[in-house]
Amino acid sequence: MKQDIFQAIADPTRRAILALIAIQALTPNVMAEKFDMSRQAVSKHIKVLHECELIKPEHSGREIYYHFNAKKMLEFDNWLAQFRKNWETQFNQLDEVLSTMKTQKK
Amino acid sequence: MNKDLLFDFTVDKAARRIFITREFDAEHSLVWDAFTRQEILDQWSAPAPMRCKTKYMDFKVGGRRFYAMISPDGQERWVLQEYTSITPKTNFKLYNSFADEAENPELPGSEWDYNFSEQNGITKVYITVYNESLERMERLADGFRIGFTMMLTNLEELLATLSKKQ
Repeated sequence: MKQDIFQAIADPTRRAILALIAIQALTPNVMAEKFDMSRQAVSKHIKVLHECELIKPEHSGREIYYHFNAKKMLEFDNWLAQFRKNWETQFNQLDEVLSTMKTQKK
Repeated sequence: MNKDLLFDFTVDKAARRIFITREFDAEHSLVWDAFTRQEILDQWSAPAPMRCKTKYMDFKVGGRRFYAMISPDGQERWVLQEYTSITPKTNFKLYNSFADEAENPELPGSEWDYNFSEQNGITKVYITVYNESLERMERLADGFRIGFTMMLTNLEELLATLSKKQ
């Protein structure tokens, strides 16, 4: 099942992982060390983050480095901007409606 | 329209919540009516060029509003809302979900919490939206985008027709 981005970032450990790899790409082993977690636990978080495309793997020799995918985060922000814009439009419409209602009352 | 009226939109991605605050230059009871009465809701609750048509609305706890957002080319997107809590003039809550024409909801939906307060003739509305799923919200935005794209396409066609006539 494809993960949704909200679920991915709802977890504090995954947010910490994102914050860390936004600065520098890391291998799962280094992540496990930094967070004092088992390799299995790290793999589970990586899987979730990877499935919603928040991180990207890159192979370097025998190691896999995970990078932060800023583009995905941006897509999400663009979508929110659109949602905000729709509300703004609706509220401006409501201003007009209220103004008419007030005039009719008088 | 007073440009000084507050509009605030913040998102807590981690908590999957959106907070919307807006002030209106009208008395409390008028704003409450605008959010809770069918004939007024239909006048503003879809962003232009979309329009809104309520099939029925029963504003009471357990009651429902079933409405369509209609795009300029006539496409209908149905929404089913169920009122879960009402404190007259100050607060109401609803569960919002997309639906088909036969009122079958597409779950999961989202929880909406509306709060109203007045100070010096200005009424403040504070809304919290809690989403179980981002995918669902993305579809909502897509619906609007389709509406806007249709409008632009119509305009393009119109411009093409006009330039041919010249």
